[in-house]
Amino acid sequence: MSKRTKSAATSAAGDPCTALDDALARGLRARGTRAAHWSSEAAQSASSQAAAAAAGRVGARIAAEGLADVSYAPVESPFGRLLVAVSRRGLVRVAFPEENVDAVLELLAQRISPRIIESPGPLESVRRELEEYFSGARRSFDLPLDWRLIGRFAHRVLQVTYAIPYGRVLSYGEVAADAGSPRGSRAAGNALGANPIPIVIPCHRVVRAGGALGGYGGGPQRKRWLLELEGALQRDS
Amino acid sequence: MSPELPPFQRFLDTHRDAVWRFLVSTVGPSEADDCFQETFIAALRAYPRLRADSNLRAWVLTIAHRKSLDAHRARARRALALADIAGAQDGGAAQRDARPSAPDETLWQAVDELPARQRSAVVLRYVADLPHRDIAAAIGCSEPAARRSLHEGLMKLRKVVGT
Repeated sequence: MSKRTKSAATSAAGDPCTALDDALARGLRARGTRAAHWSSEAAQSASSQAAAAAAGRVGARIAAEGLADVSYAPVESPFGRLLVAVSRRGLVRVAFPEENVDAVLELLAQRISPRIIESPGPLESVRRELEEYFSGARRSFDLPLDWRLIGRFAHRVLQVTYAIPYGRVLSYGEVAADAGSPRGSRAAGNALGANPIPIVIPCHRVVRAGGALGGYGGGPQRKRWLLELEGALQRDS
Repeated sequence: MSPELPPFQRFLDTHRDAVWRFLVSTVGPSEADDCFQETFIAALRAYPRLRADSNLRAWVLTIAHRKSLDAHRARARRALALADIAGAQDGGAAQRDARPSAPDETLWQAVDELPARQRSAVVLRYVADLPHRDIAAAIGCSEPAARRSLHEGLMKLRKVVGT
């Protein structure tokens, strides 16, 4: 037995009897890669590519057979690449490009279901309606919503917000009052800031009483852009 | 805070390479894709019931191990049927010839002919790089039994490869 094999055996198994000669190990790993042996980078990368392609086919099949509880996909927008997720109940999350994808998916796993798969198919109507909205061709969304990421008070606030028509605005105080908490404009602001389905639940239509725009989860310049799109604000020239 | 199950897509991305290599090695390149799909579809169905602190890699390789056993049984049934059709003409030699020849054909013939537990143990150790504890979990036996299966499988392969 060669020195090299002996040391590999000790480190791999702590038992020389279970050691496999290097050549045999490489032969085992090279199967299906059409490479002479596994240690070549080409063989490893061919295997990884085949695995990635197989994983893609699994994702497509899971979506086609309706086995996932949550599907997500990137959707291009004037703000960059949004991450959009739908559950069996409806649209559950719209995330801006700066948001941490892992954190978004982990919260969905905890609160909705860990059966989450990336697949554009179930997102098709969401993608189309957002595209129509951003081009100015659509004024309201016909998408079922899943409110499960939204707490009880936030639910009241966001339901009031959801009813604000295209091109109109309400103040934080008005939304709080309509949600049943006349003195809760700060709490209403927090609920709006944490809106998990921005754009579709139009939290950008809630502004300060004095006419200032106020904050926005996606940044104030996007709030201005949306209000200008809807004609609620004059475009700066 | 207790650990949470990762979103299934992350689980798939993390373990797809190990499962693919295991299946290519146990059932061969042409049947690996079917087994891979069956493995992850079965994993998805059971996923929400899984404990968050489970060893996810050993768990998914357990499923892959079972799918590879199914594939081997199906292949044996097909070979039997083929032998029946071939009848006395060539004594069933057709099943040998049906497999594509390759430089490592001798090794793969030997791997295929190992008893199922030895085959999985060898592949889990040397292709998926699993420690003995995880091999035992994946094939559903004790750690000493897993070591024994690995050892016996290797002895047979050494004879074939002649090292």
